[in-house]
Amino acid sequence: MFGWEFPPHILGGLGTASYGLTKGMHANGDMDITFVIPRPWGDEERDFAQIIGACNTPVAWRDVSWDYVESRIGKFMSPQTYFNLRDHIYDDFNYMKLNDLGCIEFSGRYPDNILEEINNYSIVAGVIARTIDCDIIHSHDWLTYPAGIHAKNVTGKPLVIHVHATDFDRSRGNVNPTVFAIERDGMEHADHIITVSDLSRRTVIEKYGIDPSKVTTVHNAVIPLDEETLNLPRHDKKDKVVTFLGRITMQKGPEYFVEAAAKVLKKDRNIRFVMAGSGDMMEDMIRLAARRGIADRFHFTGFLKGKEVYEMLAASDVYIMPSVSEPFGISPLEAMEMGVPSIISRQSGCAEILNNVIKTDYWDIDAMADAIHAITNYPALYHQLRNDGIEEIKGITWEKAGKKVIDIYEKVIASRQ
Amino acid sequence: MKNICFYFKIHQPFRLKRYRFFDIGNDHYYYDDFANDEIISRLAEQSYFPMVRTLLAMIQEYGSDFKFALSITGTAIEQIQLYVPELIDELKKLSDTGCVEFLSETYSHSLSSLEDPEEFIREVKAHDDLIWQLFRKRPEVFTNTELIYDDDVALLLNSMGFHTAVTEGAKHILGWKSPNYLYKAASCPSLSLLLTNDKLSEDISRRFAKTDWDEYPLTADKYMGWIAAIPEDEQVINLYFSIDTFGSFLPAESGIFDFMRAIPRFAKEHEISLVTPSEAVKKLKPVGELAIPYPISGTDEARDVSAWKGNGLQREALEKLYSVAERVSLCSDKRLKQDWEYLQSSDHFYYMSTKNLDDGAAHSSFSPYDSPFSAFTNYMNVLADFIVRVQEQFPTEIENEELNSLLLTIRNQAAEIDQLNKEVNTLRTNAINSDENDFLPEVNVEKTDKSKMPSGTRKSNRQSRK
Repeated sequence: MFGWEFPPHILGGLGTASYGLTKGMHANGDMDITFVIPRPWGDEERDFAQIIGACNTPVAWRDVSWDYVESRIGKFMSPQTYFNLRDHIYDDFNYMKLNDLGCIEFSGRYPDNILEEINNYSIVAGVIARTIDCDIIHSHDWLTYPAGIHAKNVTGKPLVIHVHATDFDRSRGNVNPTVFAIERDGMEHADHIITVSDLSRRTVIEKYGIDPSKVTTVHNAVIPLDEETLNLPRHDKKDKVVTFLGRITMQKGPEYFVEAAAKVLKKDRNIRFVMAGSGDMMEDMIRLAARRGIADRFHFTGFLKGKEVYEMLAASDVYIMPSVSEPFGISPLEAMEMGVPSIISRQSGCAEILNNVIKTDYWDIDAMADAIHAITNYPALYHQLRNDGIEEIKGITWEKAGKKVIDIYEKVIASRQ
Repeated sequence: MKNICFYFKIHQPFRLKRYRFFDIGNDHYYYDDFANDEIISRLAEQSYFPMVRTLLAMIQEYGSDFKFALSITGTAIEQIQLYVPELIDELKKLSDTGCVEFLSETYSHSLSSLEDPEEFIREVKAHDDLIWQLFRKRPEVFTNTELIYDDDVALLLNSMGFHTAVTEGAKHILGWKSPNYLYKAASCPSLSLLLTNDKLSEDISRRFAKTDWDEYPLTADKYMGWIAAIPEDEQVINLYFSIDTFGSFLPAESGIFDFMRAIPRFAKEHEISLVTPSEAVKKLKPVGELAIPYPISGTDEARDVSAWKGNGLQREALEKLYSVAERVSLCSDKRLKQDWEYLQSSDHFYYMSTKNLDDGAAHSSFSPYDSPFSAFTNYMNVLADFIVRVQEQFPTEIENEELNSLLLTIRNQAAEIDQLNKEVNTLRTNAINSDENDFLPEVNVEKTDKSKMPSGTRKSNRQSRK
């Protein structure tokens, strides 16, 4: 599998989903998974998959000793793997900027020279594909499609690509042509395409012109939270708290949240609104809240990481995700798991599988405001959504999603024979 | 000889319009007129008119050999009067044949029998008065909202003077007992119980048009044959239908109207009589007592009241609604009373059901809402406004009992003033009779003073003109 992010060092939903899926597939048994990421940190969970860092894979021969390798990258992978990889260098990449082990440096993030990093990742994939014997190649999101195609060409094994998002979701229609080209290239080379919702399945078919028979939806799931997180203290407070949590970007529809908040506050001043996260629209949102005269009740927290996210959820009475276009959206599932009733837009993929949430169109601020008012004012609705939501999430497991992916693998392999 | 009772039910709720929280306190009209009009007009055309005309034709053909029971809720009658008034004339024609027995029920198809006995009694009376007013018939047999029944309801009905109730006869409620007998209520043996035969009712309502049913196509001959084949001592078959089964669920093309028209003929062939519930009760003797400690109904797989009271949303909404019952009964505002009636319809609570198996599909197919949550939200918003209006009538600080006694005093005051006036008059006439000059009551003096005044001013006016 080729991925870009892996917990605990994640920047968005991609890492969480790749991790959950891999773990879920492993739980189905009889799976030997190698997961490639640009740059491991050493604290990743490794008991269900072998993790190879692209930044630790040699693309040029360096004469180094076992002990040296051990001391340099021992905490990321075994020196034996390094030497195996070194035996499969297929070209002379010495013209590139390499380190003492003959490896290319990766940031593992989304730097400005992302296209270069994607290309480097694909070079490394060639070495890995020659080293590790596999039955199927699985690429997560557009950043790793070129690597997947390369690996497919080297090994002749079928390629499955996993569309976690498309550029249409990220840009509200203003597609970057380079990204579009990479995405489309990946889709055309793939033997099968997995989308995370029917919504993105339609995007793939309609916007990228892909044959519907090779696109299948496997909805995401959620990893059960640990006891400690679930039992985070819930503040006993007079004011109800309504929370938006995510990147403050066009895709997430933050302005609809501010407008809905203004509507609610006109009637009920005992509610506080929190916009947690950061993004390019944050300043606009601060200005908008001030213009609507609700700044005293509308709070910005900035970017939350790790445990802070769950602390924020534990302190919330309503979670809201008014995304304009959301391929899936795992965060409402997490909110529900934490027992926070959620309002989501119908334009999110997770709306396809969730029942115990309130769904509105992202532009319908009246409906959104009404839903916020109802959850905060009618305790029966709060409890109903909370209790049934917790139960519902228990049934949405990565193991089931993993099983579906394995079925797709089997179909793809069988159709080749 | 076997007897069949046919029951046809007509009900429509006043569906609520989309009502947001910012409408609370501003907008006091709650109903989706367009949807209500559209639905009842469509059903009238597809189902009510053809069915009522079929029934009329059957009566014309078979005379008093074909009888049946009809139950129409108050809200349905109001909607018919509003949107399809010509249907009332057809119903009156049916009523005039004397082959129809009108049944008693709650005015708004409500759950008041479970929630508020006093309100229940009031609603039933309101419904029966309306039936009397329109059809000059006094219902004697009771059928509750969706056949809801338990031992407590039996006691209530008995105290209200009903001799018979119709309720659900599903297998898992009766166990080994057959629904095809007359029973009596365990809690008050003077109340007879007629139980619907689910299997035979559903053979028509659910399976009639099902081509994959092994008995398809069902003919009146075959159907009456089944009933004739029921053991000799089981003597009353109660077949209960929502009237929109005919023409709406089962479209006219399915042949359902022809099927119905042929029923009396084959009933006669098999020596089965078609009777009204009252006649059935007169003919038969109860075979045993039936104890129903927990409420049952004719709805959903479980045949209990979980369709309306199954989740926290429904219970909360019901509790909130009936918490103002006493207040509303003290009010005299007509529009408030009307809204109170409409808001009680069980349908509103049915839409809030979160059952998501087979039953859930039935719930959502009737619901004007996209989810139980929006059904709840909308209803609660409306209810919040309604409660505000109730509270505006009388300040909340006053306890119901105190308010009641105050209202009583106010109401009595009028009577008291009347009485005092009378007394004053008699005293006055007495006084005038006995002595004209000496003893005039003070009021009289004032009056004469006042009557003099205008004439005085008139005089001065005249003077000034001069």
